[in-house]
Amino acid sequence: MMPASLMERAAPVAFTLGLGILWEAICWLFNIDPIILPAPSAIAESAVTHWKPLLRHSGATMWTTLAGFAIAVAFGVVLGMVIGWSRAIYRGLYPVMVGFNSIPKVAVVPILVIWFGIGEIPAILTAFLISFFPIVVNVATGLATTEPELEDVLRALGARKLDIILKVGIPRAQPYFFGSLKVAITLAFVGSVVSETIAANAGIGYLMSVAGTNFQMPLVFAGLIALAIEGIAMYALFAFIEMRTTRWAFRSSFAAGT
Amino acid sequence: MTLTYAGASGDGVTAVQGLDLNVERGAFAAVVGPSGCGKSTLMKLATGLVRPNEGRIAVDGALVKGPVKIAGMAFQNANLLPWRTIRDNVLLPLEIVEPHRRRFRRNKADYAARADRLLALVGLDGFAERFPWELSGGMQQRTSLCRALIHEPALLMLDEPFAALDAFTREELWCVLRDLWARIGFTVILVTHDLREAAFLADTVHVMSARPGRIVASRAIELPRPRALDICFEPEFVDIVHDLRSRISEVRQ
Repeated sequence: MMPASLMERAAPVAFTLGLGILWEAICWLFNIDPIILPAPSAIAESAVTHWKPLLRHSGATMWTTLAGFAIAVAFGVVLGMVIGWSRAIYRGLYPVMVGFNSIPKVAVVPILVIWFGIGEIPAILTAFLISFFPIVVNVATGLATTEPELEDVLRALGARKLDIILKVGIPRAQPYFFGSLKVAITLAFVGSVVSETIAANAGIGYLMSVAGTNFQMPLVFAGLIALAIEGIAMYALFAFIEMRTTRWAFRSSFAAGT
Repeated sequence: MTLTYAGASGDGVTAVQGLDLNVERGAFAAVVGPSGCGKSTLMKLATGLVRPNEGRIAVDGALVKGPVKIAGMAFQNANLLPWRTIRDNVLLPLEIVEPHRRRFRRNKADYAARADRLLALVGLDGFAERFPWELSGGMQQRTSLCRALIHEPALLMLDEPFAALDAFTREELWCVLRDLWARIGFTVILVTHDLREAAFLADTVHVMSARPGRIVASRAIELPRPRALDICFEPEFVDIVHDLRSRISEVRQ
């Protein structure tokens, strides 16, 4: 019998392996055509043969994703602070933001292509457009939900709005901000891959669409797996940063209470 | 210090009206009243957070036109900043109030020592490095008191600061506040619904009427100081509480 903590730690690996084995077994048992669903072994084989283009295109996707994400962070923080700062701006901008966010970003890609041509710029911009919203909302929420009593305490000391934002609002918004980064990075991935699939000459999305038209299904799936790995790595990185920067929010009842 | 309010109303609801209250410098005043009588409005008026629609408010002889900048406040919730240690929470006002604000970086060590001394006074020796979530509710409330006092405010406004605590902790904190007041000598306005708390701590207890709130009675508490907790069981004390209680019952009708 394994100790419970060890079991808990081994669980993700065990489940991933189990899923792979199940997949392999189904392909083998039902004799599924590799054009429909290639077995994990075929995908792995393809990944090994095509490791060079896979790596290059993964790099391209990573770059467009991170570039779009970086713009989203800068823009999202500024806009979030502006929105969280004043109630009037909040009320005015919020419906516009929600409306914008409800547009499927894939519909914007053709416009971006007309403006900027085929290449990495539409991918970067799509990643940015799709990922800035959660950052804005979280930063604004963190700022806007400062306890009114705490604000009274500071105002009774002669604090200006800027003091309150600096001493309370920004630290308070941090867990929201870092929490939103995990969400934003995965969304940025979606954006860049969507754009690459439609109009690009590099990136995993491009590789998958080319491989798909050549009926190289194992390679298409190898691309998917590569995306999953990149996505998990980025998510884990930002989850780690979140834990490190805002430990107090995990320890106190703060996060649970709001 | 003189506080005189003639009236104030918020969005269509008149919270307090014809409210007159004088608190001498260094005095301990308590305000009691039924719930919803505008006690919190009184707090905001006195600190200048809310402007009266009519009437005037003066603190230390000067008319209050904006936030007074010299008040310390503590509320029912300790409202500590969870990302700061206890010491840094107590130091927060010094990062805002002049002239400490300008000197804060340079004299950080002096100020930290000052915070530690104040924490020791309320029995929080050795907790300066802890974080708020590691402390009990009573200890958080003590920290909140220290934060309200660190910049040596002329006026301390307390809005039911002990209401969320259990009975034993509450009595313990009464003594903490009693000792702090005896030692430092600031002016206190304590808003509470606990009559025993008001009678035990204050020089004068003011009774407010239901909305629109105004002062309907003021009673000086002439119990000798220093007061020990046992005084709560003296017949004299019980009479005072009884008297206050009947006045509240009157205004509730």
